[in-house]
Amino acid sequence: MAGSVLYDAPGPRTVARHRLYTLLSVVALAVFLLLVVWKLDSEGQLEYDLWEPFVTPDYLEALFVDGLLNTLLMAFGAIPGAVIFGVVFGVGKLSDHWFLRWPSWLVVEFWRAVPVLLSMIFWYYLLSIGDGPLSALQCVIIALTLYNGAVLAEVFRAGILAVPKGQVEAAYAIGMRKTQVMTTIQLPQAVKIMLPALVSQCVVALKDTSLGYAITAPGLTYIGEQIYTEFRVNQVPTAIVLAALYIGVNLILTAIAHWLQRKYVGERNPIDLTRVGNQQGGAAGGGMAAVP
Amino acid sequence: MEAVFTNFDEYLKAFGLTLALFAVSGVASLIWGLVLATLRVGPVAVMRAAAAVYVTLFRNTPLLVIFIFMAVAAPKLGYNFRFVEDVEVFGWNVSAFFVRSCIALTLYTSAFVCEAFRSGVNAVPVGQAEAARAVGMTFMQSMRHIVLPQAGRAVIPPMASVEIALAKNTSVAAVFGIAEATATMRGLNNDHADQRIQIFILFAIGYIVIVEIISLLSHLMERRSRVAY
Repeated sequence: MAGSVLYDAPGPRTVARHRLYTLLSVVALAVFLLLVVWKLDSEGQLEYDLWEPFVTPDYLEALFVDGLLNTLLMAFGAIPGAVIFGVVFGVGKLSDHWFLRWPSWLVVEFWRAVPVLLSMIFWYYLLSIGDGPLSALQCVIIALTLYNGAVLAEVFRAGILAVPKGQVEAAYAIGMRKTQVMTTIQLPQAVKIMLPALVSQCVVALKDTSLGYAITAPGLTYIGEQIYTEFRVNQVPTAIVLAALYIGVNLILTAIAHWLQRKYVGERNPIDLTRVGNQQGGAAGGGMAAVP
Repeated sequence: MEAVFTNFDEYLKAFGLTLALFAVSGVASLIWGLVLATLRVGPVAVMRAAAAVYVTLFRNTPLLVIFIFMAVAAPKLGYNFRFVEDVEVFGWNVSAFFVRSCIALTLYTSAFVCEAFRSGVNAVPVGQAEAARAVGMTFMQSMRHIVLPQAGRAVIPPMASVEIALAKNTSVAAVFGIAEATATMRGLNNDHADQRIQIFILFAIGYIVIVEIISLLSHLMERRSRVAY
């Protein structure tokens, strides 16, 4: 909703007042930024020594190969499993049979309501610690698969329900079976509608890989911890570099999601995903949501 | 099972701490998020941009990295929030850990709160505001009677998602030394290797109860605010 609808066109006095506000805000922001830089400098955080690891090839290699690559591996390792999980339980929740519908509902609700970290620690203790069969990285993938799968199940369900009813009725009218309608009519169209939501879920998965830190799974945050424990002094630069890397990758993913949205869904409002854990509730803003 | 039931007061205390983190950072992020949302729809272009930058930065940073900022990096700059441990209110005082966790959760969640508010205002059709202006309402009148009531209704579902996510996100504080539910489960897992599945299910149920209560409340609020079309 455009703000301008609510106001009359600003007169000269209002324009002058807004100009004053703009000036004050610019000054306030500039002072704030200067204070941040001054504080970092006075605490010696801008010394070259503290930042040196981040221009040293060995550490950069550790950051990008052991860190970023493993982080991406965990995120994209979890997505295929999550999609399968999501399709199975999303369709299961729409089943006509109560003995399929209720268990699907239970499984989806359970994994959606449990914090990823709680489930990650559980799988780590159950399957990895000591001489367990799996590595910490695989435990991260399991936890992320279950959580994102449960979210995607809701996304799929909403996507299937968003396919116009006439399509389904037409399919039944020409004599298709229930399974045929689902696989040839509903799912293909649902996938197209929910493609942007799927990419957004990759952002969520990517952010959640950082929790692998708690169970010593390799990844950006773990490498970051090793760097600042090795040098003991450069916690602040490490945290800034970590944040910058995550933000960069996430912005790329978000841009892809926006592109898919434009290409396949158009400007139409995304499907309503209330309480899917979708941060914008699917209400507006392109469904480029990310769950914290 | 008995690992939890013999330590049941510990279980309750752990979830009490989870709820305390949720309540404090929930209120704080609502306030800070509302400020951000106001700036984002306000008339000053610079502040609109600044708020948008804030939201983009904090939405794309993992919560764990923000915790690293607050718990590991901030003390290096001299911000360790130890002073709160000397403050006592009605015989209660909080640890510096708790305050740092709440700040991290608030900084992160308020970006999502801001987006929820904004999507609520955006959900009001432009025609509604145009109609209000057309019948001669002033800015304040059209806001008070037309836009905000409808925006408030549209805000409930996305805000419920944000609050649910916050309740689950309090678990990240476990990594940085708060003995809330997730950290307590980890401790019990260490001591009772034979009961890991039962312990996990009992702690999961605790979180599920919290999540379901929030979602129930939002359903009730939605129903109360529903109107016939």
